[in-house]
Amino acid sequence: MSTLHMVNKSPFERGAMQSCLEHALEGDGVLLFEDGVYGAVKGSAVTGLIENKAGSVKVYVLGPDLAARGIAGGRLIEGITVVDYPGFVDLVTAHKGTQSWL
Amino acid sequence: MAYTVNGNTVEHDEEGYLTDLNEWSEDIALEIAKAQNLEMNEERWEVVNFLRNYYDEYQVAPAIRVLTKALAKTMGPEKGNNKYLYELFPYGPAKQACMIAGLPKPTGCV
Amino acid sequence: MSQVKKFLYVNRKAPYGTIYALESLEVVLIGAAFDQDVSLAFIDDGVFQLAKGQDTKGLGVKNFSPTYRALGDYGVTKLYVEKEALAERGLSEDDLMPVTYEDENDGFAEKPSLIFVDRAEMARVMAEQDVILSF
Repeated sequence: MSTLHMVNKSPFERGAMQSCLEHALEGDGVLLFEDGVYGAVKGSAVTGLIENKAGSVKVYVLGPDLAARGIAGGRLIEGITVVDYPGFVDLVTAHKGTQSWL
Repeated sequence: MAYTVNGNTVEHDEEGYLTDLNEWSEDIALEIAKAQNLEMNEERWEVVNFLRNYYDEYQVAPAIRVLTKALAKTMGPEKGNNKYLYELFPYGPAKQACMIAGLPKPTGCV
Repeated sequence: MSQVKKFLYVNRKAPYGTIYALESLEVVLIGAAFDQDVSLAFIDDGVFQLAKGQDTKGLGVKNFSPTYRALGDYGVTKLYVEKEALAERGLSEDDLMPVTYEDENDGFAEKPSLIFVDRAEMARVMAEQDVILSF
């Protein structure tokens, strides 16, 4: 059964996103929100962490947090899905459980 | 605590600043001015509107020194000085004009 | 009147996840009243504070990014931005909002406030200061 992993810290400041991705199992979901959304941008020093998991885990990012930080949709790594608040709730209910990476 | 304008109540804090600046209207400005014992005239509206435009653009109420400098530049030195502004707003342009403009208390204003 | 000192505010945090960025900006605005030689440095995640196109309506918090553009009115005209910090985050200089000031000593000519420096230059900027405030 799958887990939804939730990351809300900048990947440039802490290792939460890296540790999360390294522990996520095939079929799990990873939701980036708050400062975690900086991890979703392509062409950065940490882009490889998510790209290495392509096809194994599904990565989601919270749209309102992207907009607040001025990140346009075109700058996201391929394959990442933008969700809104109701979408966030749907993700939680669609997984067996959630795990926060603080 | 609230102002009452045309039957509607608009919340303010203990000093008189609007709780939600989106609730501002010219009628509310007149009501706040009345509470400050000030009558709105063309000169006072000019300052209040300037403050509202500044806040709209920069999301901050300007410090008094910034306000006088900016007024001096756009409206001339006879309006961009402390004496002129204190005559219009005796308890302090930052305090009274910002309050009438519906803005938060200026950062750094004590 | 005491001697003018060089103050540097070092910004290392992204804008909305923590309160540091907004607190720094407010202290800069208050401190500007003291007529010192004030500069700002943006390193690490601090460069995210200057990203253009910030829209916080969906979060219900205040978008304070336009206030950086008011710093020139407060006499704060030197915003040092580290090039390596931008590159590591997939940002270019064009991804930042323009910040300018009007030079009173040059007929109010509009000039850029953002100064892009590499890490070694940033280290020198920090070493030149009398007072460093960290956020």
